[in-house]
Amino acid sequence: MKRMVVALPALVALILGGFFLWGLNPDRDPNAVPTARIAKPVPEFDLPAVAGIETPGLSADNLRETGEPVLVNVFASWCVPCRAEHAVLTRFVEQDGIRLMGINYQDKPEDAADWLADLGNPYERIGSDLDGRVGVDWAISGVPETFVVDANGVVVFRYVGPIIAPEAQAEVRAALDAAKEPL
Amino acid sequence: MIPESGHFALVLALAVALVQSVLPILGARTGRALLMESARTTALLQMILVGIAFASLVRSFVVSDFTVRNVLENSHSLKPMIFKVAGSWGSHEGSLLLWTLILVVFGAGVALLGGNIPAALKARTLSVQAWISAGFLTFMLFTSNPFERVFPPPLDGQDLNPLLQDIGLAMHPPLLYFGYVGFSIVFSFAVAALIEGRVDPAWARWVRPWALAAWISLTAGIALGSWWAYYELGWGGWWFWDPVENVSFMPWLLGTALLHSAIVTEKRDTFKSWTILLAILTFSLSLLGTFIVRSGLLTSVHAFAVDPERGLYILGLLGVTIVGSLTLYAWRAPQLEPGGLFRPISREAGLLINNLLLATATATVLFGTLYPLFVEALADEKVSVGPPYFNTTFIPFMLPLVIMMGIGPFLSWKRADLPGVWQRLRWVLAIALGVGLVVWYLQTDGPLLAVISLAIAAWVFAASLREWALRIKMFDAPLPESLRRARNLPRAAHGMTLAHIGIAVLILGFVGSTAWKEERIIFAEPGTRVEIAGFEVVFEGIERVQGPNYIAQQGQLRVLKNGAELTWLRPERRSYPVAGSTTTESAIRTTLAGDLYVTIGEPAADKASGKWTVRILYEPFVTWIWIGAVMLILGGALSMSDRRLRVGVPKRARRGPAPQPAE
Repeated sequence: MKRMVVALPALVALILGGFFLWGLNPDRDPNAVPTARIAKPVPEFDLPAVAGIETPGLSADNLRETGEPVLVNVFASWCVPCRAEHAVLTRFVEQDGIRLMGINYQDKPEDAADWLADLGNPYERIGSDLDGRVGVDWAISGVPETFVVDANGVVVFRYVGPIIAPEAQAEVRAALDAAKEPL
Repeated sequence: MIPESGHFALVLALAVALVQSVLPILGARTGRALLMESARTTALLQMILVGIAFASLVRSFVVSDFTVRNVLENSHSLKPMIFKVAGSWGSHEGSLLLWTLILVVFGAGVALLGGNIPAALKARTLSVQAWISAGFLTFMLFTSNPFERVFPPPLDGQDLNPLLQDIGLAMHPPLLYFGYVGFSIVFSFAVAALIEGRVDPAWARWVRPWALAAWISLTAGIALGSWWAYYELGWGGWWFWDPVENVSFMPWLLGTALLHSAIVTEKRDTFKSWTILLAILTFSLSLLGTFIVRSGLLTSVHAFAVDPERGLYILGLLGVTIVGSLTLYAWRAPQLEPGGLFRPISREAGLLINNLLLATATATVLFGTLYPLFVEALADEKVSVGPPYFNTTFIPFMLPLVIMMGIGPFLSWKRADLPGVWQRLRWVLAIALGVGLVVWYLQTDGPLLAVISLAIAAWVFAASLREWALRIKMFDAPLPESLRRARNLPRAAHGMTLAHIGIAVLILGFVGSTAWKEERIIFAEPGTRVEIAGFEVVFEGIERVQGPNYIAQQGQLRVLKNGAELTWLRPERRSYPVAGSTTTESAIRTTLAGDLYVTIGEPAADKASGKWTVRILYEPFVTWIWIGAVMLILGGALSMSDRRLRVGVPKRARRGPAPQPAE
């Protein structure tokens, strides 16, 4: 018995070593972000509205019946770049008539409500993803992140990070226009 | 010429290390004193040769010799001198050379200072140490030569990562390595003891100063790293549970367990097998840290350039060292004599609980750090393990540990008298509960865990002081008597009190800066005012500032309290044209009550032109984290200076007292 106990550390070290050996595979890039969700239907989800505001919640069904391409923006009140991006999104909606849906990611409803009251609310619908579960389904790598979903509810484009620079804005517009073209 | 001589010195050092790997241990086996003594010369020679190599590299950096690839990639002629020097350990190759230098310095330290260690144990220890240095020297010479030349030499260097161009970070790796590598000596002692098949109190006492030295450096290294992250990364956090932080934290946790278990081996001749295992595992985790940082195995903010060949070599090195020593352990540990017995309520039992908690906490950190790798290997999915996991698994082990820390010193060896302990601690308990209630009353909206943690911190603080006061009979005896007792108290006892109080202070800092942090993020234009934690902060605008190798946009913020001007805070965004990157320089107003912490971000886009994103944080008590760390370091240093570690070492052979000449 005692022999087995004292042999345990060596055994654990060997097993760990096996994992490390596997991990050293030169083709493996631990920093790679999985490029999930492009050209796939939106994941099934149904999020309630953010408590304390009028805007309705967001579900996968809502995204399937839009009839035109929409933007889905993942945001949070604690996210500094979201604040900077907000102005751009608002202009998209007000000047260009783009339809914007929001997923409020891991955010306290009060904070989110304050944030929207403070900056304005350009979102048509906002789902409150309190525990981040839906964020996982969308395979987001951080906040903010924005998706273009076409008329049939298929994710066609993903932008990681804030849409601020003119190039980024052009990229998103181009993706929206491309999604409008009938197949 | 200089780089070549450095390279040559490394080759010579390898040859010397190979000699030292064999001769002394052979001498110990066959009882030949000359062979055992050779370790003294070879250890010294190794130190000199690696020292020459390191000096050559530093010189190449100082004179900006861009024919050396390492200098070219990690330096620039415009860089301030101190960062040129620090650049020599900023890269993978350079830091490896520093690592090896510290390794051989510790080896030479044992050879020169370990006069009281028996010749055979010393010879075996130094041979084991030479195995490690031979491993790292071959690693360096075969895969990571720091002296490689480039032809044709370019005109100027490619700069050092500007984030790393900071005095705190320049000093961080050397201290951390001192800690990591310091545990190599403890490891060598443990392996030598296993080969010898003998562990006794004297062994524990010889090991103690080396373990303490390593632990002190590691504490300082971690504290410095966390301080750097706090003021340089601009997020206002001081610990992120990043893999690279974790791998330095795990040897610290286990090293702390080792320090405590070695006390039991020293005082009570028991816990032997466990102490040996801890010594092996602590160094194994240090090696693991070196491996993870250099292999690109995990995603992290600060890793070296990835090279699979290097990763493979160092994994092989790791395998031989760790699996080899643990196999030796599995083979020899059952033969170690069991030591003294103890009751379930005793100092031994208290330290056993301490060790179990620390070891379990280490295991949870290890598991969390490697979990993404496991999942990716077994399920081909990417996950990341963040602070929520570590906070929920780690803190539940730490709180009981800290409670035990208050009780432990009151327990006597072998069998403790619980009613007596209660007698002495009930006022301490009352104080702790009182502090908890007061905090609860003042901060009703804060998390409950924060209140509990502060009560526990008060508990440890008061209990440690009470124990110290009892030892010197403060208030029970006249003051001169107490002072005399304080003078006569072993320094290790003072050290323990100081370090335990340091933990209480650390907790105050942790809790204050996480639970009661205030944060404002604003879009500021000149004249914007913000209220935070009783301060009024006015954003007055941005100025351009020219630095030695960067251009900065400096925010001008006026801080007022009760309408009176207190100070100006000037956070910066620096762009380094050569490196082509930008960094954030936070501006901090530090007081013992809390830090006012300001950073500026990108100019806000579009509609908000002319506005800046300004982030203002108020972190109560955050400075106490570093004060607590300094107390830990001083406590360790006091304990290390205990004269019992230098003189009056018990004789190894168990014979009676030496006959005294009649007077």
